[in-house]
Amino acid sequence: MNYQSDNKGYYGTFGGAFIPEMMYQNINQLQNCYLEIIESSTFKQEFRQLLEDYAGRPSPLYYSDRLSEHYNTHIYLKREDLNHTGSHKINNTIGQILLAKRLGKTRIIAETGAGQHGVATATVCARAGLECIVYMGEVDVARQSPNVEKMKMLGAEVRSVQSGSKTLKDATNEAIRDWINNPVDTHYIIGSVVGPHPYPDMVARFQSVISEEIRVQLKAKTGRETPDYVIACVGGGSNAAGAFYHFLNDPDVKLIAVEAAGKGVASGESAATTQLGRPGVLHGSRSLLMQTADGQVIEPYSISAGLDYPGIGPMHANLFITKRAQFLSATDDEALKAALYLSQKEGIIPALESAHALAALEMIEFKPDEIIVVNISGRGDKDMETYLKYYQSLK
Amino acid sequence: MENRIISLFQRKDKNILSVYFTAGYPNLNDTQAIISQLELNGADLIEIGMPFSDPVADGLVIQQSSEIALKNGMTIHLLFQQLKEIRKSVSIPLILMGYLNPVMQYGIENFCKQCSETGIDGTIIPDLPLEIYEAEYKVYFEKNSLSNIFLITPQTPEERIRKIDACSKGFIYMVSSSSTTGAKESVGNEQIIYFERIQKMELNSKRLIGFGISDMASFERASNYANGAIIGSAFITALSGEPSLERNVLTFMQKFQ
Repeated sequence: MNYQSDNKGYYGTFGGAFIPEMMYQNINQLQNCYLEIIESSTFKQEFRQLLEDYAGRPSPLYYSDRLSEHYNTHIYLKREDLNHTGSHKINNTIGQILLAKRLGKTRIIAETGAGQHGVATATVCARAGLECIVYMGEVDVARQSPNVEKMKMLGAEVRSVQSGSKTLKDATNEAIRDWINNPVDTHYIIGSVVGPHPYPDMVARFQSVISEEIRVQLKAKTGRETPDYVIACVGGGSNAAGAFYHFLNDPDVKLIAVEAAGKGVASGESAATTQLGRPGVLHGSRSLLMQTADGQVIEPYSISAGLDYPGIGPMHANLFITKRAQFLSATDDEALKAALYLSQKEGIIPALESAHALAALEMIEFKPDEIIVVNISGRGDKDMETYLKYYQSLK
Repeated sequence: MENRIISLFQRKDKNILSVYFTAGYPNLNDTQAIISQLELNGADLIEIGMPFSDPVADGLVIQQSSEIALKNGMTIHLLFQQLKEIRKSVSIPLILMGYLNPVMQYGIENFCKQCSETGIDGTIIPDLPLEIYEAEYKVYFEKNSLSNIFLITPQTPEERIRKIDACSKGFIYMVSSSSTTGAKESVGNEQIIYFERIQKMELNSKRLIGFGISDMASFERASNYANGAIIGSAFITALSGEPSLERNVLTFMQKFQ
């Protein structure tokens, strides 16, 4: 089975480019040239060099003695939290800024939830000398303020979005509106494997360096290129797309995607799209979508701003429907508990998003000889306020 | 049955005034009254907006009217109920305009059938691109004599405009500038250059210009280069507030007499 998109951007029945005519020129241009550009040797060389010298790749694959002991198996942590800017998001923004430069664009826009993609975009824009505007929901501006300050220091303008639930979905709407109003000079750096074709495929390709490295690192450490499990959190799904990418056609590798259950899947305050959603169209592609019977998008909820999104990328919708990946969900509490556990057992404070992936370790029965890779997509600096509150509540 | 959009353009070639409003705004059950008042006061064509939670092609005014309409309880089901008797009193062409997802959830085939039974003449679905429409949806629209209207913008290349022209039944919706709805309130020289460029292409389809048409001056300016123009955000702004819906529609439409 092929789990990649076809040339029109479809993963099975999901994907495509459902865009208003106002976006046609930009999307059509990207569709026609993205592969040629990103597969060219000069692009690849520049991209690789920056990943290495600027972002600090390869990120380590770290064997966690204490988690392995606790769960009686072999657990490796893919340390995307150690990248420059603190998450996997930099992999994609480095790729897209190089693309934008080649397209002659001078102005960059982005949406952000947790602020990690916003910071990663502001970072590459500073380096490239391009104007940068980041849309961020008002709720997220408040709960991820360290990242807002970072973006400002990097020279970006952060526009607080007041519409809807004032989170990631609404920031994405506003970024799309900006692009409609500024079609000539602007490139939109989408931060996840969502949006119209070619974004899901393009972002997945830029993030695929994660699984490419895992294969090499695992081989060096264990003699095996493939683990038994790869576990990653899914909001839109970019870190999971990157962590799964080079294992999609290895059926023995179990792919575990962990969604945010919020206060519980049935609580009415959740972001577990595969459990709560149906096929629908939002932000330019057909995917699974949390919506009412009338097709209005339901406002999701998660304590983690990066997972607080009512859809998932079309690639993941297809992995869910075809059962290639298993989808689990972790509640706010389970994620907080997992974050605290990793902090105190391994001295690594993970991002709240990544903590959802860690929470899945509690949900699976591993065998002692199995190899598990958990993608630690980001570090927890931005979440300290939330963590402190939680920690104090335990006292 | 003859499509009312096509007969409108056969009857009237200039200064066609099309008005958009969001169904369910300002109040849930204003739909019929707004349509009747618009016809009474000289609208040639009405675009009835089906509200969506995430209207990415719309500016603030239509975003807010959509949000209120949804809070009021508007759905496509309810809208069809409200419009059930509309053809007993209203004879101008009616178009339903909205985003793809609610229509998809209603069921495309059923939606087209309901449109036909209700006396709806056309649809505008901005996030349903031409290619996907032609490949997957056209059959249902044509079976029910619905004109699905396509947009062009200042960015649309000539070759694509020709393609859209060939696929259009009814009219082409010319978006006046590269923007979301209600972003500009006038028609400037940059737009005029674009209008002239399109005029010179001598397309087969009729053309209405929308986005940024807010008053008689912008309406007349745009109408010089097309068969007429479309007003949306400005009308919605005028609808809210005192004294009454009827007076508000009347006062607004008098500006275009």
